[in-house]
Amino acid sequence: MDIYLPIANLSVNALVIIGLGGLVGLLSGMFGVGGGFLTTPLLIFYGIPPTVAAASAASQVTGASVSGVYAHLQRNGVDFRMGGVMVAGGVIGSIAGAWLFRLLQESGQIDTVIAMLYVILLGGIGALMARDAIVSIRATRTGVPLKVRKRRHHPLVASLPFRWRFYRSGLYISPLAPLLLGFVTGILTVILGVGGGFIMVPAMLYLLGMTTQVVVGTSLFQILFVTMAATMVHATTTKAVDIVLAALLLIGSVTGAQFGARLAQKIKPDYLRLLLAAMVLLVAIRMALGLGWRPDEIYTVTIS
Amino acid sequence: MKRVPVLILAAFAPLMLGQAQPILVPDVSQKKVEIIYSFTGAELLLFGAILYPGGKSPDKPADIAVVLKGPFQPITVREKQKVAGIWINAESTRFRSVPTFYAVASSRPLDKLIDERTASIFELGLGNLQLSPASGATPAEQQRFEAGLTDLRKRTGLFAQADNDVKITDDVLYRARLAIPARVPVGKYTAETFLIQGGRVIAAASLDVEIHKSGFERFVASAAENSPFTYGFVAVALSVALGWLAGAVFRRF
Repeated sequence: MDIYLPIANLSVNALVIIGLGGLVGLLSGMFGVGGGFLTTPLLIFYGIPPTVAAASAASQVTGASVSGVYAHLQRNGVDFRMGGVMVAGGVIGSIAGAWLFRLLQESGQIDTVIAMLYVILLGGIGALMARDAIVSIRATRTGVPLKVRKRRHHPLVASLPFRWRFYRSGLYISPLAPLLLGFVTGILTVILGVGGGFIMVPAMLYLLGMTTQVVVGTSLFQILFVTMAATMVHATTTKAVDIVLAALLLIGSVTGAQFGARLAQKIKPDYLRLLLAAMVLLVAIRMALGLGWRPDEIYTVTIS
Repeated sequence: MKRVPVLILAAFAPLMLGQAQPILVPDVSQKKVEIIYSFTGAELLLFGAILYPGGKSPDKPADIAVVLKGPFQPITVREKQKVAGIWINAESTRFRSVPTFYAVASSRPLDKLIDERTASIFELGLGNLQLSPASGATPAEQQRFEAGLTDLRKRTGLFAQADNDVKITDDVLYRARLAIPARVPVGKYTAETFLIQGGRVIAAASLDVEIHKSGFERFVASAAENSPFTYGFVAVALSVALGWLAGAVFRRF
């Protein structure tokens, strides 16, 4: 079933895109991530121009996080104050990201930067996750319990001036830290089309030292609004949001996410984390090979 | 079928009286190609008649070349090079006027029909496009970039050259099919026909062809361009609504 994408200017197989969305949705439901880090590269491998892929993937992450936010709201798992600060940072970040995006596009380095950011971020986070998962799986097998890590924010965060109380997170820290974190993920959302959950969650846990119960809900809350902002930013600057592509991806991913969420309850969380880490590393390796291998076509054309 | 050329000739006979040069009467299967949701590319049929003075075809049959080319754009071509182990865009060059689509078909291989000078005057053949390079690159570099560009566009079907693809019937009627890929950009195109004999172009004619999006596709593309804020808002609303809907449906089970 071929369908023409009016903004990407090419025709794709609708079922392939829905299937791709469904696969990403399944994984996002299972692991509680937006799945943008898989959507954008997969769309690029399929032949969608990188700009359109990044711009349209953000709206897929929006759709995937809606029901997650709803679920966490039900069990009071969102720190609105913390989330609000992060959203503010994220919106500013997405505007800065658009500016950076244009700068990179003009210098012709956007594709390389996208690929390199993927390799560095996914490689780093994937390795960390894999190590954590292996350590805790080994602990369960040998029966030696892990030393409980003391919840503490990073000394750098503590040194920031002008503190606020974040009751739900159990923190008394400067709002500049979550603002900055939001800002960085906002940039990444615009450039890479990812929600940034894979960076936010570890950062909130290990840098800010938030209470575990509100980490996922608050990060989803931030992702929901920042991907919305990123879609708006792309629609008004790069004009590369393909609504037909987004709709196809959404149909697949929102359905897949629901099945994924149910599947996740049947697998042990440690193995789930190891699986996710393996997948993240796989994407990173594929991207790294793409950078190092001689490409099929060494010439590219842009309209000037 | 044999009667058709005779009929066409008869119809045009009054026009041809006293005409020393042959003339071409070209036509295309579609003056407007519409891109709709199911568009996966199209095929354009370029056909027409050759009218010789006095209705007599020459002893040595002439050849036909047809060209479809369109939206001219200024572009930057970038070349990747291996720097510190990874392939990144290093050198680039600009061209002021490059057709986004260029397809040529001829009744015999072009290099056997015309010499290089004629070919470059009429821009016949993929190697003979006048791309007006804008930067001060050396001729060798320009050639390298032009070859890269041509190769890139050939892969996506935006540039094509088909020798022997024009069929001529009874030295009078000609027809050629040109494939238009799904990635074709919208805009104004020209379909040119050349009558070639003895290495010279003895008659030429051109027609305008328009490729545009229609219906929903046109609406979406123009909304994205003209009211980006509303368009973005609709995209956001759509994603929230679909995400919500799926959650609501699944909560019931």
